[in-house]
Amino acid sequence: MTAMPAVADEVAAYLARRARWSPLEVAFWVFVFATIWLFPGQYLIMKDTAILALFALSLDLILGYAGVISLGQAAFFGLAGYFAGLVAKYGLINEPVIALICSGLVAAALGFVTSFLVLRGSDLTRLMVTLGVSLMLGELANRYSNITGGADGLQGVTIAPVLGLFGFDLYGHNGYVYCLIVLFVCFLLARRIVYSPFGLSLRSLKGNALRASAVGIPVERRLVAIYTISAAFAGIAGALLTQTTAFCSLDVFSLDRSADLLLVLIIGGTGYLYGGLIGALIYKFLQDWIASLTPQYWQFWIGLMLVVIVLVGRERVEGWARAARVAIGRLGARVVSRPAAVGAPPDGR
Amino acid sequence: MLTILFDGIAYGMLLFVLACGLSVTLGLMNFINLAHGAFAMAGGYCTVILVNRIGVPFALGLPLAFVVTAALGALFERTLYVHVYARSPLDQVLFTMGLVFMSVAAVDYVMGSSQQFVIIPKALQGQFIVFGVGMSKYRLLIILICGLLTLALQLIVAKTRFGSRLRAAVDDQRVARGLGINVGAVFAVTFAFGSGLAGLGGALGAEILGLDPTFPLKYMIYFLIVVTVGGTSSITGPFLASILLGIADVAGKYYVPRLGAFVIYTIMIVVLILRPQGLFARNLAR
Repeated sequence: MTAMPAVADEVAAYLARRARWSPLEVAFWVFVFATIWLFPGQYLIMKDTAILALFALSLDLILGYAGVISLGQAAFFGLAGYFAGLVAKYGLINEPVIALICSGLVAAALGFVTSFLVLRGSDLTRLMVTLGVSLMLGELANRYSNITGGADGLQGVTIAPVLGLFGFDLYGHNGYVYCLIVLFVCFLLARRIVYSPFGLSLRSLKGNALRASAVGIPVERRLVAIYTISAAFAGIAGALLTQTTAFCSLDVFSLDRSADLLLVLIIGGTGYLYGGLIGALIYKFLQDWIASLTPQYWQFWIGLMLVVIVLVGRERVEGWARAARVAIGRLGARVVSRPAAVGAPPDGR
Repeated sequence: MLTILFDGIAYGMLLFVLACGLSVTLGLMNFINLAHGAFAMAGGYCTVILVNRIGVPFALGLPLAFVVTAALGALFERTLYVHVYARSPLDQVLFTMGLVFMSVAAVDYVMGSSQQFVIIPKALQGQFIVFGVGMSKYRLLIILICGLLTLALQLIVAKTRFGSRLRAAVDDQRVARGLGINVGAVFAVTFAFGSGLAGLGGALGAEILGLDPTFPLKYMIYFLIVVTVGGTSSITGPFLASILLGIADVAGKYYVPRLGAFVIYTIMIVVLILRPQGLFARNLAR
């Protein structure tokens, strides 16, 4: 049994190597935070993008890492959105950060309960159940309009300043910074999760659930756990939307929202965490652009994009994206390594 | 009480005609066609154009809706769907979702977003009173047509050569192929026929379900409930599921209007928990 510690060390070293931050990642986040000063006029759309990115990140956790298809992420998004709106409206929890965390926990609780439904059956059943749950909640929110405001939306929400210091202003500067910080913190958490042994076990059960259970991974428990975590992330995204807009309407539960989310993730690519962020960026940009051309019919082009992506082949699209990433990464590495290689001949790679 | 039952049955019959094509596609090729409702909508709008604008008689408008939608279904099947059969469920969902979005926006563009009504003939308006129960003539017609269709479908599937090929292909595609059955052709015909039925359902149901560009999104969940609750291995499963769903929905909206559609979603989830394979599915030994 002397080999065991060696293997354990090797595994630990491997995990640590995998989890190391690449220069490209650092550059990405530096750029993201630089947008606060780079595009001061675009706070509102950038804020929406950040929220969408966080939402897509939550889907990536279950779709990209555990292979669970869901059309019902909007359930968590909406539930937490309403929760955040209601606690602020009735002054139950005034501090936005605490309200945000509580909203995430509420969504996680729903995720935990519904995860047992999701575990059953095939992909179709999963689609149906996730869709059904979000439709049910939407219907509930519609019926109990005395609490939720029904079709008019939840109005009269006032959000207290974050930490008692930073109020939400009209231009959305503080709101945007708040969203970015939350996004970054959540991203760090997600990154920690997927690079942990737990994350590795998720990948293995996505690859082949039967074999994963054969090597001793408790498949069901892993799925419940990641589904709950993902629900919490989606909930935080929903609560962010309510807090930064001081409004919450029934469309948080809509099917379009979940479907768009899938599109976002497909554009960005699944299973490497940045897919949601990059996808949200591209999607928002496209949506803004198309909507300025045909305000009423932009849905058509979104649909066309989905069809084309599938017909061309998702793998191929993701392959291109990966190739582009690798190319940019190489470029980035060269730029970073250049100072060290002063005087050396240009590398002939 | 009986009126509710009657309305529920009419509604359920309609749902069955709308959804049975979907159940066959799903059972046969394991293909998740979320765009099924788009074909129903096409049938509905086709009737609106034919009957209201061109002045084709209603009785002729219905079969025409069937033919047009079936042709449309065949066209889409051969050109687009055929590339997606072998893909993962995620791809299928994305693809058909995209089609739904496109159809919604396209219909909105061509026909406008307002609700459309089919002008039904005078003879079909009003209602009979039988034993003190009011029965709308139009709903009676729906029950009649859908009942006949169901019988015909059952006969086709159970008695004809095509029906046995279809059943063979559903049961085990590879073996069916091995026996020389052209599964692709069987599937294309079935897909076109199912789309046609959906179109007919859409045309008939324009009066009851309402017809506007968001139709495929609004009723997608209903079709999916019929299919998941009824299972995909027979005609009778989805049929019973549709009737059950129709009655539950009408009764739910009548007795507990506060909850509305909540009733059927609850039923669906409960059924899925108890019988993940569908309420009426036989147990496939695979």
